[in-house]
Amino acid sequence: MTTTTPLPLVEQFQLGLDAPICLTWELTYACNLSCVHCLSSSGRRDPRELTTAECKAVIDELERMQVFYVNIGGGEPTVRPDFWELVDYATEHHVGVKFSTNGVKITPAVAQRLAASDYVDVQISLDGATAEVNDAVRGTGSYATALLAMQNLADAGFRGFKISVVMTRQNVAQLDQFKAIADRFDAQLRITRLRPSGRGADVWDELHPTAAQQRELYDWLVARGESVLTGDSFFHLSGFGDGAGDSLPGLNLCGAGRVVCLIDPVGDVYACPFAIHDNFLAGNVRSAGGFTGVWRESDLFADLRRPQTGGACTSCSAFDSCRGGCMAAKFFTGLPLDGPDPECVRGNAESALLQVAAGSAPKPSLDHSHRSRPVALTLTTRRAPVSDCNENPLAGFSPSAG
Amino acid sequence: MACAVSTEASPSSSAPGRSFDLDAAWQLHPQVSVRPERFGALLYHFGTRRLSFLKSPQLLAVVGSLAEQRSARTACVSAGVAVAEMPAYQAALSTLAESAMICERST
Repeated sequence: MTTTTPLPLVEQFQLGLDAPICLTWELTYACNLSCVHCLSSSGRRDPRELTTAECKAVIDELERMQVFYVNIGGGEPTVRPDFWELVDYATEHHVGVKFSTNGVKITPAVAQRLAASDYVDVQISLDGATAEVNDAVRGTGSYATALLAMQNLADAGFRGFKISVVMTRQNVAQLDQFKAIADRFDAQLRITRLRPSGRGADVWDELHPTAAQQRELYDWLVARGESVLTGDSFFHLSGFGDGAGDSLPGLNLCGAGRVVCLIDPVGDVYACPFAIHDNFLAGNVRSAGGFTGVWRESDLFADLRRPQTGGACTSCSAFDSCRGGCMAAKFFTGLPLDGPDPECVRGNAESALLQVAAGSAPKPSLDHSHRSRPVALTLTTRRAPVSDCNENPLAGFSPSAG
Repeated sequence: MACAVSTEASPSSSAPGRSFDLDAAWQLHPQVSVRPERFGALLYHFGTRRLSFLKSPQLLAVVGSLAEQRSARTACVSAGVAVAEMPAYQAALSTLAESAMICERST
C-alpha cells in the first residue's frame, strides 16, 4: 500500500519506533569458548549479572511493549543455570526466543524439548565448514561440538534450525560447503558480517574478507535470494548493486537504537550488539524507568533517531543503498561515523583508514575474556578462542508483505 | 483451513498474486501477532518466524476485520477501500496469504 504511505518504511524506521522490533539480549559473559573474534569479549561471568527475577521483569516489559522476540546470546547463554526457566518464561509471556549457542548443552534430551516448541528457535554457531578453519577461530573441538548439536537437533526432528556463520577471509571460499551442511541437517544457513567489535578488533585486519571476497560474497547472496539468512548485516555491500533488481533482500538499514538494541548481561542497554562501548550506552534496565524508559527517553537513542548526515558519503551514488554502512565497524576502526564504512565497496575508506594512527581506534569498554588463552591457533589469527556472539538483531527478518 | 503450520519459512510456496480469492472468508493466522504502528502495523508469525509490515492504517483495519467479515471484499469495503484501490489491496492480501500471515477460514 505504498500509495498511502507518507514515508517509505526505511525512513519510518530511521525515526525510531516506540518499541524495538526485536532485540539482542546477551544473558551472560560466561563462555566455555574464547573465540578470537568474540564481539562481546566474553569468557568470564560478570558477578553483577541480572538475577532471574530481574530477567523476568525485563521479559514482562518486553511483553507489554509487544516485542515479538529476543535474540538471546552471550557468552554462551545455555550455561546460565536458569536459562531454560527464562526461555519458558519468555514464551509463556508471548516473547519468542531465538538463541545462539555453540552447541555445548544441546544434548539429545534438550534437542527433543526444543523440537517440541514453536516459539523457540536455535542458532548453532559455526565459523568454518571444516574443523580446521572453524577451530582456528572458535577453539579446538568446537567444530565437533557444533556438528553433534546439529545432529541431535536433526534426530529430534527440529527442522529449520539455523546454522550461523560469521564470514571471514578463511571461510568465504566455503560458502557452498556451509550450504551443503545446512541442507544435510534440514537447517537454514545464516551468514553474518564480521565486525571489529570486542576481540574482533584484534583480528579484524587478518580476518575481514578481502575486496575480491566481498564481491564473491555479494554475488553468492544475490544468487541465493531469501534462501540464506543474513540478519540484514551485509547492507554495506549493496553499493555493488546496479539498482536493477540484483539487490540483497532485507531492509538494508542500520537499526541501531531505532528498531533494535542490545541488553548486556548486567542490564546495560547499548544501541546495537556490535557497539559495546560507553559512547553507545543508553542506560540500564535497573534504572527507575526500566528498559522502556531507556528505549523511549535516552538522549543517545533520541540522537540516533534524528536524520543523520551522510558526511563524506553524501555525494556517492551508492549512498542511497548502503547509507554509509555500519556505525560500529566505522567506530572500532577509528573512522568518523559520518564517513564511509571500512569495507566500502567503492574503496572510499582506503585513504581515511591510512590516516588512522596505529592504536588510536577506540577500545571496547569491557573485557570479560578468559585470563589464560590456552588454545593454539593454526591459521593466521593471533589470539585464542570465542563465544557464539555473532548476533545481528534483525536476524531472519523478511519484510515480504504489504 | 488452508494454514499449514510450519517451522520453516517457505518463500517458494507462493502462488500467483491474482489467485487470491477476495470473496472467500479469511482470518489472521492464529500464530500471528499484530503490533499497530503509526505507519500501519508490524506482523510476526511465530510459526514461520517471519516478519511482515502493513504499510497503512487502512490495511490494518482490513486485516483486523477479516475474521468478522463474510469475505475479504466486505472487509475492504467496510474499511473504506475505494473500488479503484481494490486491486492494490488484493495484491497486498495475496502477499500476506502467501506468507501464511492470513489464512482462509471455514465459515
